Amino acid sequence: MTTPRPALTVTGLRKSYGKTPVLQGIDLHVPAGTVFALLGPNGAGKTTTVNILSTLIRADGGRAEVAGHDVAADPDGARSAIGVTGQFSAVDNLLTGAENLMLMADLNHLPRVEGRRRVTELLARFDLADAAAKPVVTYSGGMRRRLDLAMTLVGKPEVIFLDEPTTGLDPRSRRTMWDIIRDLVASGVTIFLTTQYLEEADQLADRVALLDHGRIIAEGTPAELKRLIPGGHIRLRFAGPAELESAARALGPNTRDDDALTLQVPSDGGVGSLRAVLDRLDRAAVEVAELTVHTPDLDDVFLALTGRPDSATTPEGAIR
Amino acid sequence: MSTAAYALRDSTTMLRRYLVRARRYPLIIYLIGVPVVMLLLFVYVFGGTLGDGIAAGGGREVYANYVTPGILLLAIAGVAQGTAVGVAQDMSEGIIARFRTMAIFRPSVLTGHVLGNLVQMLLALAVVIGVAIAVGFRPTAGVAEWLAAAGLLTLISLAVTWFGVACGLVAKSIESASNLPMPLILLPFMGSGFVPTDSMPGPVAWFAQYQPFTPMMETLRGLLLGGPIGGNAVGAVAWGAGITALCYLWAKRLYRRDPIR
Repeated sequence: MTTPRPALTVTGLRKSYGKTPVLQGIDLHVPAGTVFALLGPNGAGKTTTVNILSTLIRADGGRAEVAGHDVAADPDGARSAIGVTGQFSAVDNLLTGAENLMLMADLNHLPRVEGRRRVTELLARFDLADAAAKPVVTYSGGMRRRLDLAMTLVGKPEVIFLDEPTTGLDPRSRRTMWDIIRDLVASGVTIFLTTQYLEEADQLADRVALLDHGRIIAEGTPAELKRLIPGGHIRLRFAGPAELESAARALGPNTRDDDALTLQVPSDGGVGSLRAVLDRLDRAAVEVAELTVHTPDLDDVFLALTGRPDSATTPEGAIR
Repeated sequence: MSTAAYALRDSTTMLRRYLVRARRYPLIIYLIGVPVVMLLLFVYVFGGTLGDGIAAGGGREVYANYVTPGILLLAIAGVAQGTAVGVAQDMSEGIIARFRTMAIFRPSVLTGHVLGNLVQMLLALAVVIGVAIAVGFRPTAGVAEWLAAAGLLTLISLAVTWFGVACGLVAKSIESASNLPMPLILLPFMGSGFVPTDSMPGPVAWFAQYQPFTPMMETLRGLLLGGPIGGNAVGAVAWGAGITALCYLWAKRLYRRDPIR
């Protein structure tokens, strides 16, 4: 088999609202079957990018192909290959959960019987079977988001756009969403995800692009991006100045803080480097009061690349 | 499937969506209520005096016949407002963005609203005609005339509903969507709906004679009660078809433009 066709190819994409440039020439390449995260603070242009790629709005310049269909020249071709779950829930509040899904089955032109089977299957898979006959207005935030995604899946899209899929969800619902997204990837679809949560991109994506003021400022795997910045370190705290002194002598290059009684030793965060440090301390017979391993996260990447911290913080309850 | 088959299937699906929603938030009560109240008001309060003005000594009986076509048009004018509000409300919902990203017949959301309102409108008209007969409306129409009248009422309803859809799309808010089609309610009054146009002063009579509702009401009068129709039939159908076509194209264009966040 030849290499699969790319799910998304974007070159020089531009968009302005009035005189305000929102996208200033974006290039993206997403191979089929992978998860791509577009990461950036509010107002970076994430939603605009999704809106253009999902044929909702037109770009001012540049080209975008989704599953081989040019979004400007063949929007219907692109539409038949995609599914979109936006930041604002795209469900019909006056209908029940089952009616919403059946509406999608009809609009995807599924035969009646197959449509019904698919609705039942999705209700069960997204844990909505009990609430199927209730109007969506009565749903919780997490249930709405699950229904929203279930509606997107009715048509079995090749490429799924998830615009901030967990914004506003509580930690537990967020975890459920992450599990659902991982399951989707396992089934072979391509996922284009936007998020302002660095943790989320790190958790889910094969490749991440950092979007800032309408420009991609870095792109790569989460590991590659982390390599762009000063590496991680092991931080050791000691009970007194004597222990600090002997440890500093035993460990070689380090950053020493006499007031806090701490040492920072460069490390890649791996078990090997940790063991090496502990072995040396053992041989020097130094007691360690406290040890923390700091691996660089995408927050550090953002800070290093833009010179300012990302405006969004890591979501409450997201465990690293 | 061909484009036409998709257009039909998607419009039917959207009609079903509309009807499920309408069952929970029915518009039909308002569509029946307003014209029935106006009918009773005009027949029992003003009818005696106005009837005498239309035919010497005619009184209430003459007026019940005269006013019914006007009341039917008033009923139809009312559907524009409900449609506009419904469309504006719908457009503010997130699901519209989803429809826009699906490979479906684009105007199907709108045709769903139009067909749904049309169904309610025709039911409402049947009820209003029933009430009119109960208060003294005595149509002389045969089957052919009734069918022609039903066809004309459907065409007018279609025109007014598409106008309502366009108003709902062009409005910046739900409140303004409710206000935009209001002037339509005045047209039956500023025409031959409640009194003959030749009783009005110069410029008003001129407007009343040439506005679209007058040939429609005159044609209905001719069909249901007998009497000359003349050029009014052509005028009524031309206005109806013209407004339908224009408002359809206008609405389609409005729906297609980039949604602005």
